[in-house]
Amino acid sequence: MSDGRGLRGLVLLIVGTGLLAPILAGLAETAAAAFGHLPALGFDGWSLTAWQALAAEPGLATSLRLTLVTGLGATALSVVLAMGAVAALAGRVPAARGMRALAPFLAVPHAAMAIGLAFLLAPSGWIARGLAPLMGWVLPPGLASVNDPWGLALILGLLVKEVPFLMLVTWSALGQIDAGRQMAAGRALGYAPAAVWAKVLLPQLWPLVRLPVAVALAYALSVVDMAIILGPSNPPVLAVALTRWFFDPDPARILPAAAGALVQAGIVALGLALLWGAERLAHKLGRRWVRAGGRRAFGPGLAAVLVGGLLTLATLALLALAVWSLAWRWSFPQMLPESWSLKFWLASGRWGAALGMTLWLALASAALSVALAILWLEAEDRGQRTRARWAEALIYLPLILPQIAFLYGLNVVALRAGLSGHPGAVIWAQAIFVFPYVMIALTAPWRALDPRLSRAAAALGAGPWRRLIRVKLPMLLRPILTAAAIGVAVSVAQYLPTLFLGAGRVTTLTTEAVTLSSSSDRRVVAVYASLQALVPFVAYALAALLPAWVHRNCRDLAGAVPA
Amino acid sequence: MRLATLAALPLTLALASPALADWQATLDAAKGQTVYWNAWGGDDRTNAFIQWVGQETERLYGVKVEQVKLTDTAEAVTRVIAEKAAGQDSGGSVDLIWINGPNFLAMKEQGLLHGPFTADLPNAKYVDLSGAAPAAVDFTVPVEGMESPWRLAKFVFVHDSARVPEPPRTMAAFVDWAAAHPGRMTHPDPSNFMGATFLKQALIELAPDPAVLQQPVTDAAFEATTGPLWAWYDALRPNLWRGGATFPENQSVQQQLLNDGELDIAMSFDPASTAAAIEQGLLPDTARVFVPEGGTIGNVSFVAIPYNAAHAAGAEVVANFLLDPATQAHMQNIEVLGSFSVLDPAKLDDAGRAAFTALPTAPALPQLEDLGPTLLEPHASWMTRLTGEWARRYTK
Repeated sequence: MSDGRGLRGLVLLIVGTGLLAPILAGLAETAAAAFGHLPALGFDGWSLTAWQALAAEPGLATSLRLTLVTGLGATALSVVLAMGAVAALAGRVPAARGMRALAPFLAVPHAAMAIGLAFLLAPSGWIARGLAPLMGWVLPPGLASVNDPWGLALILGLLVKEVPFLMLVTWSALGQIDAGRQMAAGRALGYAPAAVWAKVLLPQLWPLVRLPVAVALAYALSVVDMAIILGPSNPPVLAVALTRWFFDPDPARILPAAAGALVQAGIVALGLALLWGAERLAHKLGRRWVRAGGRRAFGPGLAAVLVGGLLTLATLALLALAVWSLAWRWSFPQMLPESWSLKFWLASGRWGAALGMTLWLALASAALSVALAILWLEAEDRGQRTRARWAEALIYLPLILPQIAFLYGLNVVALRAGLSGHPGAVIWAQAIFVFPYVMIALTAPWRALDPRLSRAAAALGAGPWRRLIRVKLPMLLRPILTAAAIGVAVSVAQYLPTLFLGAGRVTTLTTEAVTLSSSSDRRVVAVYASLQALVPFVAYALAALLPAWVHRNCRDLAGAVPA
Repeated sequence: MRLATLAALPLTLALASPALADWQATLDAAKGQTVYWNAWGGDDRTNAFIQWVGQETERLYGVKVEQVKLTDTAEAVTRVIAEKAAGQDSGGSVDLIWINGPNFLAMKEQGLLHGPFTADLPNAKYVDLSGAAPAAVDFTVPVEGMESPWRLAKFVFVHDSARVPEPPRTMAAFVDWAAAHPGRMTHPDPSNFMGATFLKQALIELAPDPAVLQQPVTDAAFEATTGPLWAWYDALRPNLWRGGATFPENQSVQQQLLNDGELDIAMSFDPASTAAAIEQGLLPDTARVFVPEGGTIGNVSFVAIPYNAAHAAGAEVVANFLLDPATQAHMQNIEVLGSFSVLDPAKLDDAGRAAFTALPTAPALPQLEDLGPTLLEPHASWMTRLTGEWARRYTK
């Protein structure tokens, strides 16, 4: 046991049956339907019916184009803005403070942010109300400022969520390279700071942020909840169209939906290939550019200003949520409600059950994921191994693969097992997506733990389990709770896994908020979206406060900031 | 001989009132069940009404109701199909569905429904289930006891009388009105039933021979009948909201756009919804209902029970409770839901009639006589063809 072989086997078994098998089984079921094999509907054997039906769907070409434009556009802009803003801020703002300021924007689930942005951007929204006296608008202007046919509102929504994520990733990667001294050396040679960034630091940072960029890209290409709320509707992006077809009254549309789900997976693969191609191209051109020796470069200041604008939009969007949840009547062009009401907050009988279910799913899936992550990392420690590339790929797989490609199939499997519609099935499905984030969040601080502490404990006669429980876990309490809080935030934001595996019986704040976003009552939607945004905040706050309280007698643990 | 007669006695008694004896068995079986009622969740007052129904059935019969809120009724149909696909022929997750039209036709044709059960409900005696009565035919498809009515729907337009004092009086007149007020009206996406109803309403008015709409659609009939409709729509569409390129997802979103002032006209399948929305602070006080001169499409909303429902007995108890005159009067109360009753006034007793006459009124609540004649829904196959053709023409 001391070399951890047994533990490693256990972890592999759990990951294999719990995470990998469902994904593969779900993919297999989807693929079978895509190639015409759906015995329940009388389609037996193999055919290309599904693909013909898909090709005949009106607006398919537009859906594909919209998916590529919004997904690729949002990600490319996010990368440029995030890198530029970090370049402008690093050195002026301490990393820890910058990352703390970004955390709230990361914590807010996509659906809540989208609902808030829709309140803000709509022709009758806050921005238009602010402009109304200047422009002489008595009625809202006839502009398509949300659900626009080009997908611009969706791109903006994705930017608001992805830029903080990529900034955080870039900023923490910056800590792993010796940025300060290289900057000093570069400037001493007469290079502008922006040029040092582009020519010296960026090539070192890229390998560290490549995977998170790939995750953001895969997400942007297959997002559903945000695209329902902000995106075009006639036709929508592919992932939204697929969700509609999977739930169409005509069951035969499951066939084109399944074929489309494979196309969705292909689009993500194409996106990743383009990312790789762009990297190769930058590698070639960049080398020439570096050799040319120019000392000047474009200003990252502009990126920082744009990011400042994005974060202001995000803050206003969240504020709009809060104000709408307290409004009774709030008509155009009033800046504030004409009449206020606490009615919707006091009606806790309405949202209480959804909140309870959300918390239960979040705590359960986060706890399972943290436990598995600890076992995995401990098994690595005992084997004194670094992580194999396939293992790293396994962690990222659920984040890269579009959810819609395997959730339909996974639900078919769950139905056969009699699990569909049970909260347990939803916890499982959510954990598939929660675990990777928890694992990524916990890995760096775990490896940063001084191994001499463990060795000292071993020298004093402590066995491996005792060392884990008495030394490592207490030392790592803060990062573990942070990882758990991230897990809670990821779980709260899940829409498709709850929709498919919950069979409609498992309602969370997110499914309610997305459903109600197509209702006539903004005030009720605002209550659900506010709650949805609050839960991750509370989780992060607890993760920050609990260690300080638990370790109140240990000076160096109580105030420690995780690496 | 005598023994045989005696032995036959309970049988005769049972034959005398088979339904009632069965009903007691149903009530016994239902006790303690939780009915998962799959119902479109976009309307808050309906959701609150369903919650109230659950409280009442739990109090009276020990049957709990859990609403599964759908964004589209089709989700529930798909779920039953998925369960059938997985071989789950009993213990299914859907007990009761708020349904009508194409969803009902799809489920009935594929044998996905439990029944016939409607005639066995004790409160069915208050409903006219004969021949072509509105509660006996669903989009021209005979109900045959496979679903039970619960609320009446009639298509109406909503306008803000402060901004539009003189709304269009015919469907044809919408073209001129929209040309004079570009971008100020639209209809929900036709993939949604309200958007489809807008097209059907126009089709009935514009069709050379509306009678063919009551027959299943044929290629020739479709061609001949919808020609004028597409000409009308091509003239209307450029002046719709957002140039007719995007449409609200459903009537709730459109009502919100009316409330925001982005639109001047919205539509509803519930004549009382405008008064209700004003009461809720969701529309300006000046919002009013109007209908075109020739009348509007009306239909009945039903509840159906899937063949594999885990709690079919409980679902029947809920369906029966919905038909209770006291329940229907409560539902028609503008302060509750304001949805018109499906009961036949001629079949009510005095207590039932009194419950309806005691209901309050509101300025935006139309009287039944203001709403004009009720037009029959076209055969469900027309709707599928119509929305398919619309998507082919206008989804690029």
